[in-house]
Amino acid sequence: MLGLFLDEIVDGLAVDLGSYHFTREAVLKFARKFDPQPFHLSDEAGLAGPFGRLSASGWHTAAGWMKCYVTTNEAARAKLRAAGKRLPEVGPSPGFTNLKWLKPVYPGDVVGYRCTVTSKRELASRPQWGLVFSLNEGFNQHEELVYSFEGKVMNAC
Amino acid sequence: MSGLLHFEDFEVGQVISLGIYPVTAEEIREFAREFDPQDFHLEERAGEASILGGYSASGWHVCSMLMRMMADGWLNMTASLGSNSVPEVKWLRPVLAGETLSGILTIASKRVSSKRPEMGIFQCFSELFNEEGEKKAEMTAIVFMRVKAAC
Repeated sequence: MLGLFLDEIVDGLAVDLGSYHFTREAVLKFARKFDPQPFHLSDEAGLAGPFGRLSASGWHTAAGWMKCYVTTNEAARAKLRAAGKRLPEVGPSPGFTNLKWLKPVYPGDVVGYRCTVTSKRELASRPQWGLVFSLNEGFNQHEELVYSFEGKVMNAC
Repeated sequence: MSGLLHFEDFEVGQVISLGIYPVTAEEIREFAREFDPQDFHLEERAGEASILGGYSASGWHVCSMLMRMMADGWLNMTASLGSNSVPEVKWLRPVLAGETLSGILTIASKRVSSKRPEMGIFQCFSELFNEEGEKKAEMTAIVFMRVKAAC
């Protein structure tokens, strides 16, 4: 991650990933395509539904994190590349745990995301690769924690 | 609301078919541009040259596909009250352009909320497979649903 090799990544490394604006148009577009439950599709159903208002799909909140993560990652890599540093191959993720949608995300909300490295280890099965574990969080414009998950990503040694 | 299925209508161990989802290169690219703009999700050639070994969908796109399958195959026939968490997702193998996914969901556990007796809580285990039966992803998710007795 961030253009760093496994031995350059330290526990506690915290990165501000920037923010994603959940416009009404984006919320409705995502819901129509991937999460067409009534409370994500109209104000009327949103009002009658479990979140009290039209709200974004939780997977939209998750995808917004990825957008911010990739943008931050690519910017870090570009900076290091420009400085002449050798960069590790970007690794895939085998999955994640403990994803929580703590509060609804509403149209107009801006969610700022943060990634904090919690641990890392080398992979016995793949000698050139390790796994980095992170706590990822999203805060809305009222600084309320709305989203979190524990991520893991393969990182070159 | 009487036509909708409720918490009491589903049993632990029940298996629900989530239908199919055709995975297209066009949709992989569109999702990647919007949410996961890494080269191997943006361009076929970069995907084939990458550790993923083919043109594959973003893992978050795969979760979104499964959400759509859950909505069409189950939740939109129920008095669903959304979800607050997904304890685990495993991206087991890359989901490739041209594959057609099929999904099944198993009700792993159920209980009525102690704080909100009108709401039931399921833990659901979903699996996605390609046409050859290779498992691509697993998801353990919480689903809230209205209790009929409380209506």
